[in-house]
Amino acid sequence: METVILISQVIMGLALVLTFVRVVRGPSLPDRVVALELFSTTVVGLVGVYAIQSGVSSFLDAAIVIALMGFLAAIGFARFLERGGPRDD
Amino acid sequence: MIDVIKGAMLLTGSSFMLLAAVGLLRLPDLLTRMHATTKAAALGVILIMLASAMHFAEVGVVARSFAIIVFILITAPIAAHVIGRAGYFVGSRLWSGTVKDELRPNYDPLTHELKSGMETQENAKRYPRNTDPD
Repeated sequence: METVILISQVIMGLALVLTFVRVVRGPSLPDRVVALELFSTTVVGLVGVYAIQSGVSSFLDAAIVIALMGFLAAIGFARFLERGGPRDD
Repeated sequence: MIDVIKGAMLLTGSSFMLLAAVGLLRLPDLLTRMHATTKAAALGVILIMLASAMHFAEVGVVARSFAIIVFILITAPIAAHVIGRAGYFVGSRLWSGTVKDELRPNYDPLTHELKSGMETQENAKRYPRNTDPD
């Protein structure tokens, strides 16, 4: 079980790295917002796996909060894009 | 037995997340990237949360895991819709192989008016009511 947990953590870490490449390279701001949302979703998965690894179920509360934060950040960025403002892609 | 199911769920969920990241990196376009990330990442989180619910097997933890699943299932389409709409209005370029953009000839981004494509001279007429609303 420990090996499986370690493998899945490595896979999700690789996913975080690939997502970060898109955050850096993304040609426009909406691409970066999509990448950040995937970032938060992957972190939710990592927190769930860490809750299994450590045996402390309170980490799931943190996962709920992170998911909520990611959603609100995506909504806020989208409103900002649509309402306008200085943009520097 | 339950360890095998848990391990399979963890590996499948994290693999779906990796798949979403690869799709985000490889696909050519904002909308295709969103198509890759939204669904695959949501499925990955769902599988991992099911695994944690099976690991702890207590009422409170299972309820929290299902709360996360329901939350992800509700918010992922909303966020994708809002970002896609904003990206379309900002004018992000579509992929050069896009076959059809049905919104462009029918939608006025300044007035946010959508034409149905069924406009006739008869439909365009307005018939105001005779009764005064005041």
